[in-house]
Amino acid sequence: MPKLTIDGIEVEADAGMTIMQAADMVGIEIPRFCYHERLSIAGNCRMCLVEVKPGPPKPAAACALPISEGMQVWTQSDLAKKARKGVMEFLLINHPLDCPICDQGGECDLQDQAMAFGSDRSRYIEHKRAVPEKYLGPLVKTSMNRCIHCTRCVRFITEVAGIPELGMIGRGEDSEITSYVEKALTSELSGNIVDLCPVGALTSAPYAFHARPWELRKVQSIDALDAVGSAIRVDVRGNAVMRVLPRLNEDVNEEWLADKSRHAIDGLRYQRLDRPYVRENGTLRPASWEEALRAVAGRLLATDADKVAAIAGDMADAEAMVLLKDLMGVIGSPHLDCRQDGAALDPTDRAGYLFNPTIPGIEDADALLIVGSDPRWEAPILNARIRKRYLMGKFPIGVLGPRTDLTYKVQDLGNDPKTLETLAGGKHDFAKVLEAAQRPLILVGMGALARPDGAAVMGWVRRIAERVGAISEDWNGLGVLHTAAARVGGLDLGFVPGEGGRDTNAILEGAEKGDIQVVYLLGADEIDTALLGEAFVIYQGHHGDAGANRADVILPGAAYTEKDASYVNTEGRLQRTWLGVHPPGEAREDWRIIRALSGAMGKPLSQNTLEAVRARLAEVSPTFAPDNEGAVVPAPATTGFARFSGRLEATPFATPIKNYYMTDPISRASRTMAECTAVYINAAGTGDSKRTGTDG
Amino acid sequence: MTAAKTIPDPDAADAPFAFTEANLAEARRILAKYPEGRDRSGVLPLLDLAQRQQGWISRGVVEAVAEITNTPPIRVWEVVTFYTMYNQHPIGRHHVQICTNLPCWLRGSDEIMRAAREVFGDAFGRTTDDGIATVSEVECLGACVNAPMVQIGDDYHEDLDYESAKALFQAIRHGRPVQAGSWADRQCSAPSGTRTTLTTDPTTPDGGKWIAADSPAVSAGGAD
Repeated sequence: MPKLTIDGIEVEADAGMTIMQAADMVGIEIPRFCYHERLSIAGNCRMCLVEVKPGPPKPAAACALPISEGMQVWTQSDLAKKARKGVMEFLLINHPLDCPICDQGGECDLQDQAMAFGSDRSRYIEHKRAVPEKYLGPLVKTSMNRCIHCTRCVRFITEVAGIPELGMIGRGEDSEITSYVEKALTSELSGNIVDLCPVGALTSAPYAFHARPWELRKVQSIDALDAVGSAIRVDVRGNAVMRVLPRLNEDVNEEWLADKSRHAIDGLRYQRLDRPYVRENGTLRPASWEEALRAVAGRLLATDADKVAAIAGDMADAEAMVLLKDLMGVIGSPHLDCRQDGAALDPTDRAGYLFNPTIPGIEDADALLIVGSDPRWEAPILNARIRKRYLMGKFPIGVLGPRTDLTYKVQDLGNDPKTLETLAGGKHDFAKVLEAAQRPLILVGMGALARPDGAAVMGWVRRIAERVGAISEDWNGLGVLHTAAARVGGLDLGFVPGEGGRDTNAILEGAEKGDIQVVYLLGADEIDTALLGEAFVIYQGHHGDAGANRADVILPGAAYTEKDASYVNTEGRLQRTWLGVHPPGEAREDWRIIRALSGAMGKPLSQNTLEAVRARLAEVSPTFAPDNEGAVVPAPATTGFARFSGRLEATPFATPIKNYYMTDPISRASRTMAECTAVYINAAGTGDSKRTGTDG
Repeated sequence: MTAAKTIPDPDAADAPFAFTEANLAEARRILAKYPEGRDRSGVLPLLDLAQRQQGWISRGVVEAVAEITNTPPIRVWEVVTFYTMYNQHPIGRHHVQICTNLPCWLRGSDEIMRAAREVFGDAFGRTTDDGIATVSEVECLGACVNAPMVQIGDDYHEDLDYESAKALFQAIRHGRPVQAGSWADRQCSAPSGTRTTLTTDPTTPDGGKWIAADSPAVSAGGAD
């Protein structure tokens, strides 16, 4: 390990590290624009110039120069300071002085570094250049005059997002960043280039001119729009969520965030259920809480326990689910289910429904089989991790499913479920690849499990996993990729049919026939509400979507940004959201509603505080022990579970997501997501996605 | 304010392109030079090939080359826009490139420009109405020793003055054949007239006035 001194401080760092990395290690800050630790090194902004000896008598770029034994580096010498000042002057030559009307103002690297390292006045009296704006899709707004050509966006889109559509054309003063023929970026991660842009050239289009960073209150939270559970920061002004940014979490999302998680938040303002409603003569009318709760309680008490059922939706939090489960226990009904898509997941075998290898564990795998999943849409962040592993090399990927353009090269195994039998038999080419691997990973999506033969698919997948050695003492390579934030939490706390209970499909069947007379929907919107028949439907949730439309009583709840709630992600990682804003109007946190309902029924649950609810959660499942927060609660690997029987059907696998931009009540209410749908889904392939504003 | 060119060029949008049979074979021969999986190395020569076929690089060319070399189109477009010798707009039959950098300018490139203006009209950066020639002002073409100079197609025409340049341009305009190389009385970049250096045989120590590098004469000379 070479030793060097930086500003007189002795540093010992690994060979191959750069001066910048070594300086970061000891907390010496070297200014930078183009360097980013998760992207390749470009070395084109020159802001990180430092004085280095031995070497040529000129400043060197710290981001690109590897360290060597005995090297002496000065980051604050006169030479270094003068060099940086000169670089800053050049960068500002063509940078407009429009900070007062720039969305980046207040959180701009160029602004900050010009303060710290620049000159206090400009000597430049010539014209500045003007660059036409570019169209990069509905999420990224450009202001290309401000671009300093660091190429962070180009490198991110090419390397991390894996869609080489962005580039720098021209040279010298004529350089411009553009997508090829100004097409919208077809990445689900495009919003990240706004975070990466060190100046105001790329800003968030939906957030344009809405707020200044110093007006915002920042709340650390967790995303609930997919099952990955990305760490987010919710920026709040007053009682409105202004934007969502990713927060660093190496174990989950690194520092990226998927576009839906970032931009669906304007849906939190529209279509909200802000007061209780009761259906009267076929129409819903506003009601008071007392009235609504009394109506629900009366109906629940008057109905046979065996005719009451509950379904939990995709964004239901664990607190609400555990209380609703307890309430169903009090009522005496076994009919409850949190798998509203009907996925064949065995709740008794925890390892059978988790993404066991974990997200960082993807980097340790050495072969991957994807079954019935489109990770690019179902979990873009996880897909980026697969791509990261793919770029490390020696990572054969086979896809048995609907989509193969996943931003990395895959072996297309077709889309016939019966291929699973060949794979399990070991005769298939790819079975040999998996067998040769030390740590094979098998990713199973909801597209393979949420179908009538889901149990058979899972059985065959387990047989393959056991055959190729994917399940051993130190490695469990069987990963179930969920699409719903609530799912693993619901399975962990046992929001599943009790003894003789009905699952989602049976509940709907019962409701249609009249065997089920009351259905309690806890934010369940992805079921076919037409099947609810004559049943009395209670909808508790935050958006007026499919469920609320059919409901007889609406109990307005809180969205994930509006409550302190627990979610367990697809890996089995317990994470908690924090209340950022209060629910609108008379809406309340979900667990409180259920607690109040139990009171109205005269059978009050004993939990009166959030702490008590969480204590109850910990009692129900060890997953929710307070110490587990943030950590994956592993499940002991189980074998011998390849016991599911049933025949595989010939129907090809299909991803449960028809439109990435609209998968849940929040994103369906979002105007930004509607625009994305228009551009990426409806106009896909026509090539003409640019809207002029006069097209109706 | 100076506005950079809007790229891609609207003219380029609809121009389809396909390599001819012969050029396609040539493209394959070029790509065969590079190792397996390094097709991207062929972007530069293939763009040149396409430019020789159609005179300029249209969007169709970018897409064709991108496909053959297995490269994302944006990467090819970056290359096209980086190098000034790829024409991003259609050009005339002859591409007349006049160097106006310092050595050529000192040796009278203003006169060459005047001659060009008289023959081709004010067609700088554009194509003449008859489509014969596109005249452009370019940076150093590396023939300073024969300044001022002009490049037409692949050929250099050197040591020009107003008269010779005008004769050259008129020949081009009227389709008469022209001789490439120096228009002055000299061969390549050798001195005009007689030789002024190396007048004796340098191979013999006596003939050429060779002084060994470590000779005292060198340091004595340097001290003056």
